[in-house]
Amino acid sequence: MDFRDSPEEADFRKRLRAWIADNNPGLPASSTDDEYWARQAEWHTALYDAGFFGLSWPKRFGGHELPTVFDVILDDEIAAAGAPPRPSLGYLVQGITTHGSEAIQDRFLPGLISGRERWCQGFSEPDAGSDLAALRTTATRDGDEYVLQGHKIWTSYSDVADWCFLLARTDPGVPKHKGLSAFAVPMAQPGIEQYPLRMINGITKEFGQVVFDGARVSAANMIGEPGEGWRIAMTIVSHEREPGEVGYVSRYAKTVKDLEKTLRADPGAYRSDQREAVAWAYVQAEMLRLHVRRRLSERLDGPDHGPGGSIDKILMTWVEQSVGAATLSAAGSRAVVDGDEVGLKIYLYSRAQSVMGGTSQIQKNIIATRILGLPVT
Amino acid sequence: MDTRDTPEQAELRRTASRLAGELGPRTVTDLDDRERNQRLAEAVRGTGWLELRHDDGEGKPLASGVEAAIIAEALGQAVAGVPFAGPTLAADLARRAGAQPIDGAVVGFAPDLVGAAVVAGTATDAPILAVDHAAQGPVAAYVLVADGDGYRLALARGEGTSDGADLTRNVHQLPPGTSLDPVAEQSRLLSREDLDAWTTLGLVLTSADMVGLMRGVLDVTVEYAKERKQYGVAIGTFQAVQHLLAEAQCLVEGAFSAAVYPAWAVDELAPAEALTAGRVAKAYAARAARTVCETAVQVHGGIGNTWDCIVHVHLRRALLSSEWFGGDGEQLRQLERSRLGVVDGLS
Repeated sequence: MDFRDSPEEADFRKRLRAWIADNNPGLPASSTDDEYWARQAEWHTALYDAGFFGLSWPKRFGGHELPTVFDVILDDEIAAAGAPPRPSLGYLVQGITTHGSEAIQDRFLPGLISGRERWCQGFSEPDAGSDLAALRTTATRDGDEYVLQGHKIWTSYSDVADWCFLLARTDPGVPKHKGLSAFAVPMAQPGIEQYPLRMINGITKEFGQVVFDGARVSAANMIGEPGEGWRIAMTIVSHEREPGEVGYVSRYAKTVKDLEKTLRADPGAYRSDQREAVAWAYVQAEMLRLHVRRRLSERLDGPDHGPGGSIDKILMTWVEQSVGAATLSAAGSRAVVDGDEVGLKIYLYSRAQSVMGGTSQIQKNIIATRILGLPVT
Repeated sequence: MDTRDTPEQAELRRTASRLAGELGPRTVTDLDDRERNQRLAEAVRGTGWLELRHDDGEGKPLASGVEAAIIAEALGQAVAGVPFAGPTLAADLARRAGAQPIDGAVVGFAPDLVGAAVVAGTATDAPILAVDHAAQGPVAAYVLVADGDGYRLALARGEGTSDGADLTRNVHQLPPGTSLDPVAEQSRLLSREDLDAWTTLGLVLTSADMVGLMRGVLDVTVEYAKERKQYGVAIGTFQAVQHLLAEAQCLVEGAFSAAVYPAWAVDELAPAEALTAGRVAKAYAARAARTVCETAVQVHGGIGNTWDCIVHVHLRRALLSSEWFGGDGEQLRQLERSRLGVVDGLS
């Protein structure tokens, strides 16, 4: 057990720290402002071009083939500088590398990782949330192409995406989990309509709804085999649940750091319950920082697609919601007098964490049955 | 950076877990099995685990906080009724003072259990709590005597009585007026930093104990949920029960992740930094252990509220491990002081 940087890690940390100091775009906290979502792409490409993104991924796709724990250093330094979190797309990379053909990997991974091609994820539908396999979007074969018909929701960054990682039903004649396939769908074409969603904290740039009405995708853009869609989706969501994969830990650390700074400036202005809420948020954020170190260390010898991501997701959710509760608490009456108060917006945004990427209820079902081995009725 | 156990640490974890599991109590009745307790005490002594924090000849401990935490966790998991953290903390304190360890000694705590008692003169004027002392025999507890900018050790000796909440470990109370003996051959005074580092070890061992307790009580409870039938099916098939147990599993994993860092840091980082890590681990573990043990009582239903169901043994032990060196409230208060600044009028 060693939490210290190796010489290579220390050197990387030093170079990264210097680079962030000169290149931090100083975006607002991601959860509170549409400006963040609008400018996130610039941060992605800047981080990538400087050699600080895609650290553990294969070189032939633009990665650096470094040990998994280098992402810990990236999160640390981003948090320390108050820079925006690293782009959260590791789960799509895991999905494509695990299930995609060589041709698919070569075509799509470099653009995904470099940020030159932007992606959204078309899984959820208005009538298929937790019961994802009930999705009704269809992809019907027509020569060398498939024709798409259906309605997707919670599609992050759909309005700026070049590609959609789409899950659609290709075979309605088999049980629901077996008739799904995955595609890389080009977003710039007729037959796709977009409708932004306004979230409870007012942001409009993160989530969208996408309606496919006769849009087309080449059969060569199928990811995996026909009928493999459910397995691919499970690989992706299992990693989407891991804070080591999505890099949110730096966002929590930054929010806590900002809160601590605010209270330190005038300790006497805060009640004991407000101070305790902030101290507890610090404890939670620290726990997650250490948990990510542990989880990424466990992957030094290779990835694991098991159900452990559901535990990570619950822990991450508790952390985000403790941090949100602390920002609300510290804001005091300002949170209700000023509807634009940052503490209020961070709190409201935090409520989504127990829903997105699989609800907490679903995660608990998975933990109970697949980790604890409790019986299924 | 690699936070996994080394192969030696992994082997120690397996050995400790096996030994504690074999000799720890399976039922509440086993707690009174003197022979079992004796075998366990002899096994712990025979492995050398009580010497982990003895001096290696150059002022360093024989083994790191990580190894000590591994043992503490295994003993907690098995609710093993054998002194470990008490004598280990006493040996660590003696080493820092440059004194020879005294076999069987523990540290005497102030009545709030948060820190070592500070005394003056030739006899105590307040009660001293000797935590995790052997059940039988005279009590010997190190206490602190202010000396210039630092502290030296004295030894409070007496006949203690123990009737604490924890059914597996003893808290002997030494009354006011207990005589104080000097500790021979202390080569150095204990500094504030020494005491911070020692406190960190206390936070590490009590947190690791609670991580183990949570693992142990959750194992028992998951098995029960698979066997106990209501409405003709195992109660573990009900989502209401599944979700309680799933949350408990997450708390165990979070508490473990938080606890391994100070176990490493206590010997590797500056005392103040390690102490903060210890407080984080303890605040998290204390809240988690309380919830997980309460969940265990709840899932066991009526029977979980009876004396003969073992889960209250875990809960009671968690209450002592939580209070010892301060629970979540105390740790949060200390983190507020160090991280948010001191508020006028509060101490």
